Amino acid sequence: MNKIVSAEQAIAQISDGMTVGIGGWGPRRKPMALIREILRSDLKDLTIVAYGGADVGMLCAAGKVKKVIFAFVSLDFIPLEPYFREARQNASIEVMEIDEGMLLLGLRAAAWKIPFIPTSVGLGTDVIKNNSDLAVISSPYDEKDWVAMPALKLDVALVHVDKADSRGVCQIKGPDLYMDDWFARAAAVTIASSEDIVESDYFSSSDEARYVHWERSETTAVVHLPCGAHPTSCAPLYGFDVTHFKTYNASVKEGGFGPYCDTYIAGKDEQEYQQAVGGLDKIKSIPLPIY
Amino acid sequence: MTTTATEYRLCELMICAAAESFAGNGEVLATGIGVIPRLAASLAMKTCNTDLMMTDSEAWMLSEPNPVSGRNLNEGQKQESWMGFSRIFNNVWGGKRHALVGPSQIDQFGQTNISALGGTYRQPKVQMLGVRGFPGNSISHANSFYVPAHSKRVFVEGECDVVCSIGYNAERLPRGYSFDDIDIRRVVTDLCVMDWCGPNHQLRLVSLHPGITVQQVTDNTGFEVHAGNELTTTAAPTVEQLAIITALDPAGIRHKQLSDNPMGDRR
Repeated sequence: MNKIVSAEQAIAQISDGMTVGIGGWGPRRKPMALIREILRSDLKDLTIVAYGGADVGMLCAAGKVKKVIFAFVSLDFIPLEPYFREARQNASIEVMEIDEGMLLLGLRAAAWKIPFIPTSVGLGTDVIKNNSDLAVISSPYDEKDWVAMPALKLDVALVHVDKADSRGVCQIKGPDLYMDDWFARAAAVTIASSEDIVESDYFSSSDEARYVHWERSETTAVVHLPCGAHPTSCAPLYGFDVTHFKTYNASVKEGGFGPYCDTYIAGKDEQEYQQAVGGLDKIKSIPLPIY
Repeated sequence: MTTTATEYRLCELMICAAAESFAGNGEVLATGIGVIPRLAASLAMKTCNTDLMMTDSEAWMLSEPNPVSGRNLNEGQKQESWMGFSRIFNNVWGGKRHALVGPSQIDQFGQTNISALGGTYRQPKVQMLGVRGFPGNSISHANSFYVPAHSKRVFVEGECDVVCSIGYNAERLPRGYSFDDIDIRRVVTDLCVMDWCGPNHQLRLVSLHPGITVQQVTDNTGFEVHAGNELTTTAAPTVEQLAIITALDPAGIRHKQLSDNPMGDRR
């Protein structure tokens, strides 16, 4: 089976109104080239599930989003995502705001095909007060309240990986895979953009195979997109682009997302995007952040 | 032998006071979010609780805390296990963790807010971070709070605009729970140290920083603070503590955390 497709072909599998999960975390290893392809499309009314960063902000700014299911949306070193903030303060999106761990439980429930997972997380807070679709239930085993975190079933998951073969074996060798394995398992269709396409033999040794975190049956499509996480990081290959994020962040007060999108994304392919931000070599030389 | 320092900054006094929160905690993961909280947890791991555990704020557990400044990637770090973000929840929900965090709002019940200010759920006036991991942290393990500027904007009247963490609030207490299931420890501000051990878990003044009065604290808190007879002055850092803090922060970014970097003794 050959799962390699173009970004355009991959995104064509998404329809208006679908629920799309996005891997990565804040400014880290987001499938940004796939997000840019959505920005170039006519897609709309998406429900986005993410540990959000500029992926969520850009989709909101471009009017692609109906609802966001989130625990935070942040660029990390710039704590508040400018366009998510704008969308929230203008009430242009619906939200389901939940705890980071509840989001993980929702993905697990979807992956395991169970309707919910009981948890104490959310009790006593506005998370259960604000979300009318979050049920507080009794347990058959004790006399306490439990939150029934519902399955977050994804129509599509988008993730960015280090290496993949044509059959959909995906490797993430960076220090953290975040929740990408759960996004892949929770989704009916998983699209993985990859820095490199390799032969299947690449994974033969234990040192390589152990960094494959889900089975190829969970990967529907593979797109070859070197530096496809830019401006987010893809540790240890490259860090996040602080300068570009500052430009992006400033754009909200300098004409908005339209001019930003016209400069870098609209009407451009990925190669042209890379040239506009300084080229592949420059992206690969962006240092990793030090905490 | 310990020697009390004669000159020190307020940030250093707060680091030492916050480090005390971890004394006697045993083997728990200490998570300090922000420069001063992280220095406090790191100082604790080097002094009053050498059993503490810590991460590199990314994907690894460390046997030695990393310095918060002046580090380069080639130096390496003393790792003891992998600890990616998904694994953190295994620790959190198991309860062996104590987080020291800086909420934007704290109310009389010890409930906190980092999500949004004003408006409604559908349309907040000011969107902030989102609830992040606060709901899970608050019902799973110990939490302490760091407040760099003690004011009524932080210590709000009534309830927080968005209640992100469970507190000692009877009206919101889930069925089958008691206040004993909630574990809020210290609050370290630029004026004082407090805890939630007043009558019926009321916020209680524990110690005033040198030169600060009870009046200053009550004037800047939007609800009643219990001030009993056991009130003390916050202990000055020792020379040994300051040396450890300097080694953990050689570039001195702690001095940029508080407005005007005040002296610790304001008498």
